[in-house]
Amino acid sequence: MSENKTIKIIITRQDGPNATPYEETFEIPYRKNMNVISALMEIRRNPVNIKGEPTSPPQWEMNCLEEVCGACSMVINGKPRQACSSLIDKLETPIRLEPMKTFPVIRDLAVDRSRMFEALKKVKAWIPIDGTYDLGPGPRMPETKRQWAYELSKCMTCGVCLEACPNVNSKSDFIGPAPLSQVRLFNAHPTGAMNKAERLHTIMGEGGLASCGNSQNCVQSCPKGIPLTTSIAALNRDTAIQSFRDFFGSDHQ
Amino acid sequence: MAHRDFVSRRLHSFLGLVPIGLFLVVHLTVNYFATRGPESFNKAANFMESLPYLLFLEIVFIYLPILFHAIYGVYIAFQAKTNVNRYGFFRNWMFFLQRWSGLFLVIFLAWHIWETRIAMALGTTLNYDMMANILANKGMLVFYIIGILAAVFHFSNGLWSFCVHWGIIVSPRAQRITTYATVVVFILLAYVGIRAVFAFTNPGLAF
Ligand code: SF4
Ligand code: FES
Repeated sequence: MSENKTIKIIITRQDGPNATPYEETFEIPYRKNMNVISALMEIRRNPVNIKGEPTSPPQWEMNCLEEVCGACSMVINGKPRQACSSLIDKLETPIRLEPMKTFPVIRDLAVDRSRMFEALKKVKAWIPIDGTYDLGPGPRMPETKRQWAYELSKCMTCGVCLEACPNVNSKSDFIGPAPLSQVRLFNAHPTGAMNKAERLHTIMGEGGLASCGNSQNCVQSCPKGIPLTTSIAALNRDTAIQSFRDFFGSDHQ
Repeated sequence: MAHRDFVSRRLHSFLGLVPIGLFLVVHLTVNYFATRGPESFNKAANFMESLPYLLFLEIVFIYLPILFHAIYGVYIAFQAKTNVNRYGFFRNWMFFLQRWSGLFLVIFLAWHIWETRIAMALGTTLNYDMMANILANKGMLVFYIIGILAAVFHFSNGLWSFCVHWGIIVSPRAQRITTYATVVVFILLAYVGIRAVFAFTNPGLAF
């Protein structure tokens, strides 16, 4: 009996960035231990929809296949998550796959997450260590701090938190939770802290921290369990202090 | 440098607490005098009306802050794309209700100020009887009860947001404890507000 078991998958498709989305249903034979990616590969091998009509193979992005690159994020049964770590056996059927529409859709399930990478550049989410000569070893980081900073460093820029956020949309220029949390990460680093004020000033600008309305969907949705709302609250404190320093003038470093 | 959005958002949050939130508490307290009978309420209302440089106090501490808070608040509310149907988390519901209670309050307060303060400026005396007359209408009674609950909710939940937006509470535990504290604030103020309303409709009622 199990040889005949099939899985129904409904995909929201879109032929190009400006095309109108439509739904297409597929039915594939069930195998043990499948995940959404392997199911999509099965469809791609034989792109025929449930009505028996040949169609174009659905497009999606993937890379690591172990939930560390974030490329395969899509909305699965209404929740944004990684296709590679979504096991078919644990999903309700029919399985509905949609692109994360917060981002521009390139085609089918593939979206353009550039805005996140632009935001990381904007907030300078790195430690500047390049020089014309060897600067020697930097200051050491206390172990306790390293432990919580490590949690923040797990972010894979997958975009799930932006998709879940009610304030990230076409009406607002909010950069979203992920890049904000990265500001906290790099400000916590002993060398990164040398550019702390600069990063804070950036997120006190347009589309920055102030656009957060604390719906806290991000922290509930992040697949890496990153304490995004704690980061945001901590940055609220840092920017409050920074704004007093700016206003009254201070040489405190 | 801090951008205008940043300053406006922080100011918006601050004004919600001081003076608007404080005024709400004072206002509900004055209303509560109605539970001790019409004379007590009239005395308390008269005291408020007899404050020196009243118009200045009203404009600087009530009208201008509320105007800014309301206009900027509507702008904030319409920037969100609410998604409680997909993400039914507690905080997301609070986020949603904060915006809708705010929008409702814009309508409620416009009506309320028109019916009381502006009517008073146009010559009607503001006293116990005025409110008793307004609330004798069942529809108005419901409108006022919803208005008071919306205001009290908006204030209590806004207190939480204020603490987060100004970086006063950071850790998840601090945020959770503050949530409980604001629930208590909500219950107490809601009691004060609703109890006062019924003092206008059923003067003898005690609860
Ligand atoms: S913070 Fe979490 S949800 Fe957001 S992009 Fe990073 S890994 Fe994804
Ligand atoms: S393919 Fe890298 S997270 Fe799924």
